[in-house]
Parts: sequence; structure tokens; C-alpha cells
Amino acid sequence: MLRRAMGLLARPIAASGARSFSTDLPAAQTADAMFVEAWNKVIPNMDPPKTPLSFMQPRPATPSSIPSKLTVNFVLPYASELATREVDMVIVPATTGQMGVLPGHVATIAELKPGVLSVHEGNETTKYFVSSGFVFIHANSFADIIAVEAAPLNQIDANLVQKGLSEFTQKLSSATTDLEKAEAQIGIDVHSALNSALTG
Amino acid sequence: MASNAAVPFWRAAGMTYITYSNICANLVRNCLKEPYKTEAVTREKVHFSISKWTDGKPEKPTLRSDSPEE
Repeated sequence: MLRRAMGLLARPIAASGARSFSTDLPAAQTADAMFVEAWNKVIPNMDPPKTPLSFMQPRPATPSSIPSKLTVNFVLPYASELATREVDMVIVPATTGQMGVLPGHVATIAELKPGVLSVHEGNETTKYFVSSGFVFIHANSFADIIAVEAAPLNQIDANLVQKGLSEFTQKLSSATTDLEKAEAQIGIDVHSALNSALTG
Repeated sequence: MASNAAVPFWRAAGMTYITYSNICANLVRNCLKEPYKTEAVTREKVHFSISKWTDGKPEKPTLRSDSPEE
């Protein structure tokens, strides 16, 4: 039984040849033509089922000249803050520092640290505090920012931030195990980032 | 490529990324102003009911939530 499965798997892989980078792939072709072919050979009487690929919109191709606007998708687990919004620039709080993303940015994947995300469009800037997450910048000037929790700066209470900072500084000095120290350190990092976001 | 690249302090302490990320999110939620704070807390509440099955029949389900009921 396993040998037949291996045979079935081997055929499409051998046929597709060398794998290309995910950043270079063109917009998806006719929804998996290879699957449909293989299906029709085995079960010609039934229509092939729709696969997730046929429901997905193909990624817009990388244009040859740098586009004028960056398209941003900023999503949270419970809501999508910005959905395909065209902006001039976003500054994301990557672990390697504040990263400015302009249209035509090289394809990048960056992990976010707790910090401020600012979205610049024309003369307006919208700032959010992001707890952590990732940003995926694609070669076609699309940026996907995914965060677990994010709030506009005016929704953050400065008193609670100060209280939290002093509480965790105290916890760090009284921590014994590695895990407690790490948790206290995380608390200090997050609260000091919140503090500088509110004051900076 | 360094096989033991500098690991973040939380991973060195044995924490996974998901745990770290959830702790950060909880801390940020606790620093929100009212009413956003209560909205965030109610949104993140998790309730589930567990029913044990014996001899092919379900027993009475128990309701659980991640915050201890006072």
C-alpha cells in the first residue's frame, strides 16, 4: 500500500523538475492542472474536486518597475486592521531594529519585537503598538504584517504601563529559576517598549 | 552557518516562541485603557466543555474555562 503511494507521489515531483524560489513564482496557473490530469486518468467519470488553490487569488506578479505605493495587509487573530491598503511607507519594529519598508523593498521575512508600527500615507501617520508577530515583504511590494495583539497608541494607559514596569523590575530581582527570570525580562522589555512608545 | 547561533534569552530559558508571544500579548492587553481592556479580556476568554465517554455513552459534561471561576 505504501509503495503505491510512493509511486503516486514520485510522478508529480519528477515532472515539475527543479524547484524555484517562492519569491520568483509567477501568478498561479490554471488551478493545479497536473492534479486535474492525474484525476481524469484514474477517475474519468467524476469531476475533480476543487482544491484550496482554486479558491485562492493568484499573487499579483512582480511588476518590472517599482510601484508607487506599498500594499499592506495588517492582520490580527480577531480582525484585519488593514486589508490591501495602499500606503507610502510602513515602519515595523523588527528584532533587528525599526525597519522602514518602501515600495520596491527586497523580499524579506522579519520577526517583530514589541514596539510601534507606523503607517505613513500622504501626510498622515497612524501608529499601533504591536506585541509581537512577523512581517512578510514580498517582491511585488505587498507587505503582510501579522501580530498577535496590537492597539493604537491612544488606547494604552500610561499608569498601568508604569505599574507593570516597576512590578516586573521587582520580579526580576526576586526571580530564582531561569524561567522566572525570562518571564520577568519579557515583562520589562514589553513595558519599557510601551513606555517609550507613549513618550517617544 | 553557525549551528548554535545566538538564541533569544527566552529560548535559552526553555520557553517556546508561542509562549513568549502569548505572554507579550497578555501584557499588552493588561495595559489597555477601559473599555478596550474589558473588550480584549472578554474576547480572549476560552470556554470549553469536556465530556468523558464510558461504554459508548457520554457522561455529564463539565464546563471549563481558562480563568478560575470565583
